[in-house]
Amino acid sequence: MKIAFTAKGTGWDSPIDPRLGRTEYILLYDEDKDELSVTDNREIEGVAHGAGPKTAQLLFDINPDVLITGNGPGDNAAVVLKQIPMKIYVGAGELTVKTALEAYKNNELKEF
Amino acid sequence: MKLTIASGKGGTGKTTFSTNLAMYLAEQYKVVLTDLDVEEPNSGLFVHGRQTHQQDMFKMIPEWDKNVCTLCGNCQQLCSYHAVMKLGSQVMVFPELCHGCYACSELCPAHALPMHQIKMGELRQYRAGNLDFIDSRLDVGQEQAVPLIAQTLDYVERNFDTAYLKLYDAPPGTTCPVIKATQDADLVILITEPTPFGLHDLKLAIETMRELEKDFVVVVNRFGIGNDDVLRYCEKEGIIVLAKLPNDRHIAELYSRGELVYPHIPEFAEQLRLIGDFIMSQQGMQS
Amino acid sequence: MKEIVVISGKGGTGKTSITASFAMLGGKDIVVADCDVDAADMHLLMKPNVKTEEDFYSGNAAVIDRAKCLNCGKCASVCRFDAINLIEYLYSVSALNCEGCGYCARVCPVKVISMVEQNVGKLYISATKADNMMVHARLLSGADNSGKLVARVKKEAKQIAQETGKGFVIVDGSPGIGCPVISSLSGADFVVLVTEPTVSGLHDLKRVYELVNRFQISAGCIINKADINQDVVNHIEIYLRENNIVHLTDLPYDESFTSAMTIGQTIVEYDHDKLADLLTVSWNKIKQILSKEQQ
Repeated sequence: MKIAFTAKGTGWDSPIDPRLGRTEYILLYDEDKDELSVTDNREIEGVAHGAGPKTAQLLFDINPDVLITGNGPGDNAAVVLKQIPMKIYVGAGELTVKTALEAYKNNELKEF
Repeated sequence: MKLTIASGKGGTGKTTFSTNLAMYLAEQYKVVLTDLDVEEPNSGLFVHGRQTHQQDMFKMIPEWDKNVCTLCGNCQQLCSYHAVMKLGSQVMVFPELCHGCYACSELCPAHALPMHQIKMGELRQYRAGNLDFIDSRLDVGQEQAVPLIAQTLDYVERNFDTAYLKLYDAPPGTTCPVIKATQDADLVILITEPTPFGLHDLKLAIETMRELEKDFVVVVNRFGIGNDDVLRYCEKEGIIVLAKLPNDRHIAELYSRGELVYPHIPEFAEQLRLIGDFIMSQQGMQS
Repeated sequence: MKEIVVISGKGGTGKTSITASFAMLGGKDIVVADCDVDAADMHLLMKPNVKTEEDFYSGNAAVIDRAKCLNCGKCASVCRFDAINLIEYLYSVSALNCEGCGYCARVCPVKVISMVEQNVGKLYISATKADNMMVHARLLSGADNSGKLVARVKKEAKQIAQETGKGFVIVDGSPGIGCPVISSLSGADFVVLVTEPTVSGLHDLKRVYELVNRFQISAGCIINKADINQDVVNHIEIYLRENNIVHLTDLPYDESFTSAMTIGQTIVEYDHDKLADLLTVSWNKIKQILSKEQQ
């Protein structure tokens, strides 16, 4: 299974970025290979409008099974996310990537 | 004559002022009031009229034709607003983000994005006493105020001849929608409060009016609170302060219930009379 | 670090005065972010001493390289915004009307139109009289607030808070329900809704709370001028209960709001009586809610 995280850094101890559209990085944990890969999304800072769907498009390309984030998506991002066969869990805004994964495993996160 | 009522910031009493002024002037003249604060038009809460007309307002956006699309992705490269997006084997359009520039549509090599109209809001017309009143409201989620403002201005111009005094209630601030709302005005009334916030935002509004080369005058609301800095500033800059609307807790109460102010507060009516006289003298000069 | 956002949907509800009071009460432990960039007035109360400033760029406008232009008019024929017109026989761009779509640049046969990022204002980082740092911005007239600018102001504030170990970022949020306010709310831990008991107040409250609810952020409400219309207050209270919004406090109609502002003070500095007490209690309640959530 592949689990994606919106994050403010590139490692397991990085805090989750609670924002979906304007997240700085997207981390992808591939459980089968036990690998963590990084997609840099920092150029989103330069986008005045439409950050949500743009980041959602990136997630479409990454195509994870699960997304863990803080806030839910806005309307436009949600339209794109619907096209991805992926479950979204919110409420991890104050955790690190590592603790968010644990919280997810323990069913402590809320499905969006 | 076209007259726009604007303010640098929200909450200065612009709606109270414009609805009262319009109702007051309509007792004597042919007046049409238009609320151009299309994101949050609430003049209608104070003008209790009978609806005489309603129409949907449209904007043009591209619509994807999957039968002819070659999925080249050109459209997504062309769009500056992230409103068109290629997602796997489909193209998605986000109507709220689209500015209607036509680039993706007209430059699509396969003609797979023809423009079509979608509803962006509604225009309503009311009759209250002698006043004609119009407001337009953007649908929830729509972000482009300017096209709706432009179309609403067109509607008023088409339906009301020059015998009418046309009052426009602009959105607050100094952003594009405000500029659109003041673009064709013969005179702009800037409403402010005699406070540091009021003065600060008034200065921004004046700067904008000067850039647009608009004639403008100032009306001070809630006169009596704060200090004299707004008056002193206007005097120094040679700006006409047309009226000083009184400060009164009773006005806040009337506002809270959606009632007109001037029938209850003679001082307020007196200030409206001053403004009316000024407007009519300008109108005379114009014709 | 917790982020608290104060919003009101419409202007003139006392939002900025209340935010500035919280900024005073929080003192050293907070960083202030003024995201109400359309009417950025908080600096008038916080007396910021500007430490750094930079130009902020957002959005594009077309610029024609006059020397190489063939004056063919192709650009003007595709522009839907009436932004390119013949002025003294030359096609010229009106930056005010240009929406930055770039269509003209695409179709120019000699490629002499470039899209240039617009300087829309300035971004400041300042030290305030409340012994805290404040990030604020000033837009040039005619420039639009954007999610981008709001995100930038918040990012700077959060970074300062993180680097200096502060407990809170307090954000004076943008008005309306568009992109800037969504960006204001994004990433917040708690939202303070400021409203008035007027016919439009409850309506505006509902509209803006729809957004807050969508982001699933917990919220509290302050009813300002609560004594001008008890009937509407009752309706607001029912709405708050139905939506699990904490009713933080009611503030009376009080001209101290204006008197304080007139001498450049926050309410908690000016009034040492009821208003200051009510705001202090509210601030403590917010802190308490946030510390509970952490556990």
